Amino acid sequence: MKHSVVFCVLVAVLLATFDAAAQAAKPSIVVASTTSTEQSGLFAQLLPAFTRASGIEVRVVAVGTGQALDLARRGDADVVLVHDLAAEEKFVADGFGVKRYPVMYNDFVLVGPKADPPGARGLGIIPALAKIEAAKAPFVSRGDKSGTHAAERRLWTEAGFAAPKGDWYRETGSGMGPTLNVASGMNAYTLSDRGTWLSFRNRGELVVLVEGDERLINPYGVMLVNPAKHPHVKAAAGQAFIDWLISPQGQAAIGAYTIDGEPLFVPNYRGE
Amino acid sequence: MGGWPQGLWGIVALSLEVSLAATFLACAIGLPLAGLIAVGDFSGRRTLIVVLNSLLGVPSVVVGLCVYLLLSRAGPLGPLGILFSASAIVIAQTLLCLPLVTALAREFLEESWGVLREQLTSLGVSRARAVPTLLWDTRFALLTVVLAGFGRAVSEVGAVMIVGGNIDGVTRVMTTAIALETSKGDLPLALWLGAILLSIVLALNAGAYGIREWSRRRNG
Amino acid sequence: MASAAIFPLEARGVSVSLGGHAALCDVDLAIDARRRVVVLGANGAGKSVLLRTLHGLIQPSAGSILWAGSTERPRAQAMVFQRPVMLRRSALANVRYALAVNGISGAELECRAREVLARVGLAKLADRQALVLSGGEQQRLALARAWALEPAVLFLDEPTASLDPAAAAEVERVILEIHEAGAAIVMTTHNLGQAKRIADQIVFLHAGRVREQTSAADFFAKTSSPEKSRFLEAELP
Repeated sequence: MKHSVVFCVLVAVLLATFDAAAQAAKPSIVVASTTSTEQSGLFAQLLPAFTRASGIEVRVVAVGTGQALDLARRGDADVVLVHDLAAEEKFVADGFGVKRYPVMYNDFVLVGPKADPPGARGLGIIPALAKIEAAKAPFVSRGDKSGTHAAERRLWTEAGFAAPKGDWYRETGSGMGPTLNVASGMNAYTLSDRGTWLSFRNRGELVVLVEGDERLINPYGVMLVNPAKHPHVKAAAGQAFIDWLISPQGQAAIGAYTIDGEPLFVPNYRGE
Repeated sequence: MGGWPQGLWGIVALSLEVSLAATFLACAIGLPLAGLIAVGDFSGRRTLIVVLNSLLGVPSVVVGLCVYLLLSRAGPLGPLGILFSASAIVIAQTLLCLPLVTALAREFLEESWGVLREQLTSLGVSRARAVPTLLWDTRFALLTVVLAGFGRAVSEVGAVMIVGGNIDGVTRVMTTAIALETSKGDLPLALWLGAILLSIVLALNAGAYGIREWSRRRNG
Repeated sequence: MASAAIFPLEARGVSVSLGGHAALCDVDLAIDARRRVVVLGANGAGKSVLLRTLHGLIQPSAGSILWAGSTERPRAQAMVFQRPVMLRRSALANVRYALAVNGISGAELECRAREVLARVGLAKLADRQALVLSGGEQQRLALARAWALEPAVLFLDEPTASLDPAAAAEVERVILEIHEAGAAIVMTTHNLGQAKRIADQIVFLHAGRVREQTSAADFFAKTSSPEKSRFLEAELP
């Protein structure tokens, strides 16, 4: 009996070794992207199409925008796909990225309790935020250097509150999903990307209160990590991925992705 | 069930593979090490034991961070290119499992040594030679230690997330998948995964209990 | 069993201090080949400590243990303890283990292991797990294991103290057989009757010192000291 246990363990170890070897043999790239993009389900739709077309496997490491860019700076990724224009331009300017290609955009929505005591429903995003601050209504922020967090802070600044403070403003330091969980649990307001919201199952009493404001547009950019800084970067395969994303097929695939019939991302590469 | 090209059972299989490999490695290193410490008589032995027991309390995310820094391209082992792979997960889990297995095994082995020491010395067995004898003699208690090690490995989330990246189809294991589904708010799916994970751990413990009972009936 | 190279077994000026307490004081002793030495004394007199020191399990804090004048400890010795210590494996495997760690292997190992088990009457229990055997059977197994090593000296620390009379008698029979086969016996016991049956030489210890080392006949016949008289009266035969 002991012998069969030992046998199973040895088989598992051997499998793990072969697995690792097999994984290493397939051509692949590491793409650092954001949790919101992954959680929207876009990659599950998009990447198999690219792999079929090119034979290259795409391994997505999904973390916050800030962390994704840090990862890329260290050379632990080949391509980076995030949504924080200012940070992306700095990334290229600092020499870590070769060139920023616009790929697509989606939008943010302000979600909050159905009852909506401060009366934010239907307003533009800036007046809505002002009402929330005035009422000190509970607001949950991601607080994690993500693209969403950066956008949220920009909107607060525009509304006149550069650094919201107080018991009502809660920072979770985590991804969009956990942040929505907290907001749902506390019946609070939060800014979410539409993709994560549409896939989110634990809504509680939260509904979309503000959408469509052009300030809520969230553009994505893709960059190849600079092989001049990190020679081991798989430049050819990485560029192939970028080329596919901005190609008519890639753009069409992006636009074709829907949740419950609603398209999530608008492809917007205009050929530069 | 959006975003699961690899399938549920692929995730389960990967979890078992990496955790079994990590447990195996941790035991291959930790059990003999525990034996040597148990029979040993060297200066600094007590300090070593205190350090070993303290390692049990290291937060796993700290281990994850350290392994990440080691394996990152910017780090010393970067050129190996094993960050964000199953091998990285095995390394992190082994490092978490090793202190547990060693510390627990040492306690059992020291107890055995206390009982067997005079007789083994009388037979002419050196301390080093006594280690494999102790390991085999204490095998049933050590089985629970191995299981505890496996439990530690298979339940790790934080460190696995950091060094593995939770990549779909490559480094997504049961625990990181549960974390992901929970953060997406897809609680039913997360619960299903949790149930499978629990069943595996239960089955293993039941198996070990069965082995101990069978041996008790044979040995008394 | 080459006894020439290792006898006499001598203790010269041996003192042993354990946990701050003097267990043995200035012990001088000599044991020749093929002797049957029984060490007698009250509880706490130091009998067990003496045996362990002679066997090499305890290092003396003063003085030395010599084998034919040399301090090198020979392998051809074995010890049986009051409670037998067995490994978690079969009876036969326990004997095999002792032979294997002493460099015996292959057919000779098998042969010797089965032979000693037969001689102590445990052949039928060879494949039984050692830890489920009765106290008497385990003690006989311990003797078999010691015998398999063909020791020149066999030390025994109260080997029948935890056994019923029938098992004790069996064990005594085996001890005498091992002696017949050529080993010296050094034994402690509380049982004066057993001492009379087995010993040809008595060492009487009191408070860590050797009071008497004489032939068994002389020991029981003469009255040399008050401690000895008190001891002999207090002990049940």
